[in-house]
Amino acid sequence: MTVGLGHYLTVAAILFTTGIFGIFLNRKNVIIILMSVELMLLAVNINLVAFSAFLGDLTGQVFAMFVLTVAAAEAAIGLAILVVYFRNRGTIEVEDIHLMKG
Amino acid sequence: MAAFWYTVSIFLPLLGAVVAGLFGRFIGDRGAQYATCGGLIVSALISPFILYDVAVLGHARDVVLATWIASGDLELSWALRFDSLSAVMVFVVTVISALIHVYSVGYMEHDPHKPRFMAYLSLFTFSMLMLVTADNLIQLFFGWEGVGLCSYLLIGFWYHKPSANDAAIKAFIVNRIGDFGFALGIFGTFLLFQSVTFADIFAAVPGKADATLRFLSWDFHALTVLCLLLFVGAMGKSAQLGLHTWLPDAMEGPTPVSALIHAATMVTAGVFMVCRLSPMFEHAPAALTVVTIVGASTAFFAATVGLVQNDIKRVIAYSTCSQLGYMFFAAGVSAYGAAMFHLYTHAFFKALLFLGAGSVIHAMAGEQDMRKMGGIWRMMPWTYAVMWIGSLALSGIPFFAGYYSKDTILEAAFAAQSGAGLFAFVAGTAVAFLTSFYSWRLLLMTFHGAPRADRHVMEHVHESPWVMLVPLLGLATGAVIAGFVGYNAFVGEGRGDFWGKSILVLGPHDTIEAAHHVALWVKLLPTAMCFAGVGLGYVMYALKPEWPAALAARFRGLYLFLLNKWYFDELYWNVLAEPAMRLGRVLWKGGDGAIIDGLGPDGIAATTQSLARRAGQLQTGYVYHYAFAMLIGVVLLVTWYLLVRAG
Repeated sequence: MTVGLGHYLTVAAILFTTGIFGIFLNRKNVIIILMSVELMLLAVNINLVAFSAFLGDLTGQVFAMFVLTVAAAEAAIGLAILVVYFRNRGTIEVEDIHLMKG
Repeated sequence: MAAFWYTVSIFLPLLGAVVAGLFGRFIGDRGAQYATCGGLIVSALISPFILYDVAVLGHARDVVLATWIASGDLELSWALRFDSLSAVMVFVVTVISALIHVYSVGYMEHDPHKPRFMAYLSLFTFSMLMLVTADNLIQLFFGWEGVGLCSYLLIGFWYHKPSANDAAIKAFIVNRIGDFGFALGIFGTFLLFQSVTFADIFAAVPGKADATLRFLSWDFHALTVLCLLLFVGAMGKSAQLGLHTWLPDAMEGPTPVSALIHAATMVTAGVFMVCRLSPMFEHAPAALTVVTIVGASTAFFAATVGLVQNDIKRVIAYSTCSQLGYMFFAAGVSAYGAAMFHLYTHAFFKALLFLGAGSVIHAMAGEQDMRKMGGIWRMMPWTYAVMWIGSLALSGIPFFAGYYSKDTILEAAFAAQSGAGLFAFVAGTAVAFLTSFYSWRLLLMTFHGAPRADRHVMEHVHESPWVMLVPLLGLATGAVIAGFVGYNAFVGEGRGDFWGKSILVLGPHDTIEAAHHVALWVKLLPTAMCFAGVGLGYVMYALKPEWPAALAARFRGLYLFLLNKWYFDELYWNVLAEPAMRLGRVLWKGGDGAIIDGLGPDGIAATTQSLARRAGQLQTGYVYHYAFAMLIGVVLLVTWYLLVRAG
């Protein structure tokens, strides 16, 4: 059995869905939300690379590199915000983060 | 050259007011007093020359300063019209006002706001000068309103006293009612004559004698309507019956202000206006009858109220009201010269009485109630002497100023030989009796008898300083000699030359001429009444001091009726003021607050706020809810894309 485009897309879809569920089912920790977001980005990256290989067009892989860069920056900022938030409010539980409540 | 000095005498008070009012804090109290008093004294020194030049030598002139309005048919200038009438007024106003300015320096010694006070006084005088020298109705109206404004400012000078504020507002509002009539009169005059300049109007009056004015579907005799409307303005300013209520309350201002309002500026404006417009009034006999009746009624009403008042300034205030009534019914029987003569003599003795009363109040540490005075004549002999002179002049005791003018007026009223004239004569003769009675009541209660003030006050009773006494002596001189000095020119043989063209009396209306030929008993009756009043006053307040109280107890209803000023204030409060305030509250709370604000700015703001609050309640604040919303959005977008666009 050869590994075809369909397999890559399936893996990516599974990862993406896992990420979504990670966001919604998680009630404890904001870090898990951040990790889930990373997971979804990676799923998208797999799609990009798979299509790139399949179509023989390097643009997709270049784009994947950009996504990785942005993801790294985002993770750094996100974690930094979390640290500051924890210092100020003493918790990063998702349930407790509702300052925007109207 | 003469025109220059004339203009200077009119504008110096304005200059003084500006200097004292705007730069008072730089030049200090003393500087402000020098600036205003200096300006007024120079004006007062020029004014006799104006009077001599204009009235005696007959050099009436108009000084045109600038064009004010030129719009279509309406053309008018800033101009100073100097004829005998305005020259007399300029003389009276500047002389009396200068003396009052000097007096104020002493009287307001302990007041912290001297520059403001002096500036208002000068501005007041300037407004009055503008009024009397106007050569058209609009400029007259300018001075008229300026006088109204300054009286408001001065009556409310002690703005920390609620009663002073009330009195100031009352004076302002009652005057606005009169001004409403006056303004309508001006509009009507323009409608009829296509001009508001006196020269044009007076030239055109004979041609319009029978003109009618169509209002809705009725035709009215135009001149009668106009004269009545203008007279409403005069009633407001001169405190005639119906619109008199502000004048006694104007006592809340400092005493020099009362003197200024009552003698030189303000209240005489109405009398002046009627005399100024004599060519119009002469062609409106019905209006003249109304003027006569209103004047006579006012004279009688105010004199009866003056009998029982206990506030020394109020007694004098009602006496002013009453004397203004004399002037009006004199004008009403076409004796304009006599009205002006009484205006001129009255200015001296009324200013004297007020300033004398101010001197007493000053000495008694602000006490104004005559029941708490008495027995102070030895302590302030000068004030006592000038109050005597003022009272003698006011009562019309022979050879003092008031005697000449009052007798002429009463004789003219009798000589008019009309129903209204006879009514005025009877009322005026009764008033002569009442006037001398309350004058002696005032003198005896204030200066004689046992002291009724407490010891502390009595120990501090003192004669006023010279800066207050000198003006009093000047006015006293006027109150003694003004009558026989002016008699010949104002109402005697020389009146034709003296008044020249400034006053028009139609031939058959010449009551002053007729007044000189009335029966002897008519000439003697007023004097006899006045002596009778003095005698009764002396009996009741010196010989039998228990009588007044007994009389008051006996005729309690009448006494209360008079004490409460015929219940005019209560009537106006209940019938006009209170319903007006209630209506105002309804319009304020209901119309303005509920409807305009409720649906307008406040309503829009409240709606926005409530919508925003509801939108805010949708926010949970949980991150995953927002993420979920985003996701749903993405799903919907993709679904829509797949089904609609791609499909």
